[in-house]
Amino acid sequence: MQNKSKSGIGAFFSRLVRQQYFIPLTALVLLALFNLIADPAFFKISITTNSAGNAVLAGTPITILDYGSELAILAIGMTLVTAASKGQDISVGAAVAIAGSFILRMLCGGDSSSSTLHMPIICAFLLGCVVAMLFGAFNGVLVAFFKIQPMIATLILYTAGRSIAAWFNNNELPIIKDATFSYIGGFIPGVPIPTPFFIAVICVIVITLVLKFTNLRLYTEAVGINENSARLNGLNPAAIKILSFVILGLCVAVVGLIKVSRVSSINYSVIAKDIEMDAILAVALGGNSLSGGKFNMATSIMGAYIIQFLTQTLYKYKVPSEALPAYKAVVVILLVVMSAPTVREYFSNLMKKMKVKEAA
Amino acid sequence: MKKKLALMMVAAMTMASVVGCGGGSNDAAPAAADTETEAPADTAADTEAEAPADTAAADTEAEAEAPAASGELIKVGIINNDPNESGYRTANDADLKATFCEENGYEASFAYSLKNEEQINSAQQFIQDGVDYLLLSAADTSGWDSVLQDAQANGVKVILFDRTIDADPSLYEASIVSDMRAEGDKAVEWLKSQNLDEYNIIHIQGVMGSAAQIGRSDALTETAADEGWNIIVSQTANWNAEEAQQIVQSVIDSGESFNVIYAENDNMAQGAVAALDAAGITHGVDGDVKILGFDTNKFALEELLAGNWNYDGQCNPFQSSYIDEIIKTLESGGTISEKTIIMDEMGFDAETITQEDVDTYGI
Repeated sequence: MQNKSKSGIGAFFSRLVRQQYFIPLTALVLLALFNLIADPAFFKISITTNSAGNAVLAGTPITILDYGSELAILAIGMTLVTAASKGQDISVGAAVAIAGSFILRMLCGGDSSSSTLHMPIICAFLLGCVVAMLFGAFNGVLVAFFKIQPMIATLILYTAGRSIAAWFNNNELPIIKDATFSYIGGFIPGVPIPTPFFIAVICVIVITLVLKFTNLRLYTEAVGINENSARLNGLNPAAIKILSFVILGLCVAVVGLIKVSRVSSINYSVIAKDIEMDAILAVALGGNSLSGGKFNMATSIMGAYIIQFLTQTLYKYKVPSEALPAYKAVVVILLVVMSAPTVREYFSNLMKKMKVKEAA
Repeated sequence: MKKKLALMMVAAMTMASVVGCGGGSNDAAPAAADTETEAPADTAADTEAEAPADTAAADTEAEAEAPAASGELIKVGIINNDPNESGYRTANDADLKATFCEENGYEASFAYSLKNEEQINSAQQFIQDGVDYLLLSAADTSGWDSVLQDAQANGVKVILFDRTIDADPSLYEASIVSDMRAEGDKAVEWLKSQNLDEYNIIHIQGVMGSAAQIGRSDALTETAADEGWNIIVSQTANWNAEEAQQIVQSVIDSGESFNVIYAENDNMAQGAVAALDAAGITHGVDGDVKILGFDTNKFALEELLAGNWNYDGQCNPFQSSYIDEIIKTLESGGTISEKTIIMDEMGFDAETITQEDVDTYGI
């Protein structure tokens, strides 16, 4: 009897290790445990009043949800691009600059310190979406029709994007003084939860519904696993690839809006700097193969919040500026190695062996 | 299908390059119109910056513009960082463009890059083209010896602006630079004069290792050690507003109290203030937290005027008048008394700043 229950636990563990949820969940639990032991105040949530006079929630968990949301939204698009094109888009940061700059240009109408909005925020945002999707389609065309490796194709926009962003606004730094614009990256009056989190939730719901009720997942995975057989089965791989880049463009526009709203302004050279690396990392942390094929959206999104959790933890313990990237790198190496398929296989074999021993 | 697309791509690229050149040549007129006042940030800077390697195109363009009759124009080759880098750089580039124009007796060619190797290539190009003066704001401090020796051998006089390099001073005529340490000292001196009961400082640093970061950080850390000020956190936000916002947010979350934010540029100060606003912490002249920024961006000086911030240190981007003077001296056979010229830089206090200051010094 006893043997049976033990082998049950072994089987459970070996199943767990093979689950895609295993790595991000472990990382999350480890980070949470570390913070809980080191300083339980990390998880304290309190209610404060912001300068606009609204009662809002505050505390590190809220901050993580707030700032991790941008990354989560990007992770959605990046997962699709990775799955369909077997490569990553490294122009995301530059594209965020373009979208953000364009939205500001529409809102302030060329007047760099305009106090009134020149058009409703939603119109500017929708136009921003169109622009970002066009740039996404540009990347997609390079990848799908010209068969350029995604990283090389997106290198073009990575290099030129920030100059294009600056060009939209004649290199000026527009400032939006309208209070409603700051709600998007802050708090809507009367709602104690940061708006970016709501936006991320909406994006997650939308993509979940799309994946559930359309063939997007099936088609994307089919193209990612084997392009030729997908074509032989009547799919158009080029269209699917372009579609994935266009969806990423949409995500980029949403993030651009949040980013420029946070400070009601933009700095072309540093806005969303290196965010593409974090987005790719989120996909990898989610246990998704970076060489395309099957994907798991939920784990990518978890990956994004874990990265923010890590960043916030490092800030919390006042890791010196010079060492910050090194600390991050160590954790990242651990997580990526753990999530590598060969390592996962090794562990699941180990579990199996243990099970056999226990049974003997 | 593919062929068609390829053709379209080529057509689009050709169009882009034509537009780029057009923008460049149109620019000289409006920039020349206002020499003294701050020239409006021009689109030409962007289009040129998109193709920084394209110095040859810029050269021919400048030559085409030069009237054939006037042989006395002084040829200058200007190597600068990408004008999109920051508001400082935009103002710096506009200022240079306004001064080194035909009306003032110059024939100027510009090359932009944030990469040292590309800048060195441009410098070699300029030397081959036979410029009289090479004006240089180097991306990196090292690697310039051999190209400057070439310049000397070819009779090209080199003047450094904005940034110094690690090369023998005999290789250049003069350098006009900002003293980042002095900027920091001035700000820290101001902070000291506030006589706060206690100093609990959030120190937000720029990109680690940059001259501005080192100078401004050292000023604060050394004085803090001498005066017994408490720096509760010292973290880099890479000149980035959102990162600064997160850092300040994390301090607020941890519940530590602070009353000074020393941000090494205006963008980071802006991000820090956004975090304070979200948490309902007052700042500025009548507030709980003193805000210090640098670079005198226009928006920052407006915040000072409104009393939302307390202090902003200038990093003077207007070197062109100094350079102009040096070139005029050298051309008339004079000698330069001081090799290194440190520019006058000011610090603005929210309680004394005027609208006039905002208009004059805002960049």
